[in-house]
Amino acid sequence: MKQKDLILYSGLIILGLAAPYLFSAFKVQLTYLCVLIVLAMTWNLQGGEMGYNSFGNILFYGLGMYLTASVQVGMFFPLAEWTESGGEKTFVHTTAQYFQGIGVGLLVAAIIPALVAGAIGYAILGLRGHYFAICTLGLGIAAGEIAGGIEIIGAGQGFTTPPFPAEIVDPEARGKFFYFTSFIVLVLAFIFVKYIYGSRFRLILNAIRDNEDKAEAMGIQTMKYKIVGWMVSAFFCGLAGGIMGGLIGYIDSTDVAFDGREMGVFMVLMAILGGKGTLWGPIIGATLFHFFKEGLWTFILGWQYVALGVLIVVIVIYFPEGLMGWLREKYPERFGEVIDEKDRKSQVELK
Amino acid sequence: MDFLIFQVPMLMVQASLDGILLGILFALIAYGMALQWGVMNIINIAQGDLVILGGYIAYTMYLAGIHPAWGVIVSPIIMYFVGWALYKLVINKVVDRDLFISILATFGIAIVFQQLMNFIFGADVVVAQSEYGTTMLFDNSVTLPNSKIFSAFVSLAYAVALVIYMKKSKLGRAIRATAQNARAAKILGVDTEKVYAATFGINAALCGIAGALISITLTLHPYVGLPYTVRSFMIVIVAGLGNLPAVAVSGMGLGLFEEFADYILGTEFRIGAVFMLLVFILVYRRFKLSKKREYLK
Repeated sequence: MKQKDLILYSGLIILGLAAPYLFSAFKVQLTYLCVLIVLAMTWNLQGGEMGYNSFGNILFYGLGMYLTASVQVGMFFPLAEWTESGGEKTFVHTTAQYFQGIGVGLLVAAIIPALVAGAIGYAILGLRGHYFAICTLGLGIAAGEIAGGIEIIGAGQGFTTPPFPAEIVDPEARGKFFYFTSFIVLVLAFIFVKYIYGSRFRLILNAIRDNEDKAEAMGIQTMKYKIVGWMVSAFFCGLAGGIMGGLIGYIDSTDVAFDGREMGVFMVLMAILGGKGTLWGPIIGATLFHFFKEGLWTFILGWQYVALGVLIVVIVIYFPEGLMGWLREKYPERFGEVIDEKDRKSQVELK
Repeated sequence: MDFLIFQVPMLMVQASLDGILLGILFALIAYGMALQWGVMNIINIAQGDLVILGGYIAYTMYLAGIHPAWGVIVSPIIMYFVGWALYKLVINKVVDRDLFISILATFGIAIVFQQLMNFIFGADVVVAQSEYGTTMLFDNSVTLPNSKIFSAFVSLAYAVALVIYMKKSKLGRAIRATAQNARAAKILGVDTEKVYAATFGINAALCGIAGALISITLTLHPYVGLPYTVRSFMIVIVAGLGNLPAVAVSGMGLGLFEEFADYILGTEFRIGAVFMLLVFILVYRRFKLSKKREYLK
């Protein structure tokens, strides 16, 4: 078993490292894929494992995006003048400045959203079920609307992130840089989530999902764990947002950063598609979704949102357990479940 | 921010009147939401998009040369069938399920609606001209479009008619019975499936009326549905399910809040303020209930 895991993981890592060379033309798409997987995996941690279905993780994603870009600019140049000039070439980052900036920016973009999640967590996570879902939905949209009114980060006209340094002549360098950054984040996120899956923390999160009152009665300080769970999500959402900001090169308050209509829904949908509450579900879901999106959307240009909406309805109504849930139903033995045939038959008859 | 509103007292009167008239309109949408939430236990994220669709029906009439005010009669009739079809297609599959499922499913519907409206009616901000003129009050320092007064009266009339209908008619009784206990109603011979379809249809019809009124008083755009959903959700959680006077009062309160937020914070933060208010109301309720070791249900 251990040997099999080792082969699987090393195979995946080699594939991940080789991917930008194998599929050289699709580096941007691969970066997207890594970011989507990170988002789905960390959403699953609190949506699937903890049972707190958040529509508002886009808040941390957008926050990370704005923070990375602001730090990257603000470390070397006056931020207000940068945004006012609309990213004109009056200020140019040198190569060293660019990488220093984005490094510090990503660090900030990971830590601050996690702290924000911790700060608002006590208030927001006291809400349960659909109230939590609606509250976080409101939070995400409010953030977008408010960011669209703040002058120093570009208000409605947007914020151009620093362009990749022109001194690096290799045209492939930009794509590779963002791909490997996102891949590293993906690997870190996976290791972390995998560690959580083997720990007591996951059991506590599951206890909260299944019955919070009973978990509390058993002496678990549920609020503490809920906040930590949300902070983990926020940490990786912030990182993902920071990378995407640099990759896209332009931040708009409602269409790129706090994009509840796209990313905010995607992360929920991907986790559900793959199967909530499983380690591999969100990863498979994100990959499938990305292929579906990229493959299909070019053919149905203009209709992609209609397709997305229909997809959401179909998945939610017919596959609420997702792919992993379906597999589990079909091959329970593979998931280490022992089924008493007699018991199953009697249950079917009861239905 | 120069807080013009505090220097010119007449602006306060202006904002208050605008807010109250607008609030009655919000209350109408919220009543529809409370109805279907109470009866079917569904939170409909597509509520605002139904409103906008109703508005576009009135706008289409306006383009065809019919006065858009007739929309308040035509639009609910069409929207009733839209709601009924929506129920038969999607909603009946999520009625007995987890609320999160209904939120996500209606979110999907909302996206489809937005995009279809974008295709059919274009992405421009449109308004149907009612040409009702304006009323000047207090030495011409307060201007009040007559269309807003018209919309408030129409909303009130429909709300009163609906309350009477719910009290007196057979279907109204069936709806109320289903809301109290769906299983008992079923045992006593109420066709709950039909009741659910009718409830969702009535909700959509209310949205249609509100939309037609919005098309002449405010503006229409395919993507502005969600704020209406959030407003009605907010009104419902403040007022509670099935408490009509409270719905009207909190609707007006929300209208007032919005108009004052518009003047004080600036128009660009108006929608942001609405969403933040939602967050604050929920958090306030949560802290108040947690003192009694309870939580919002």
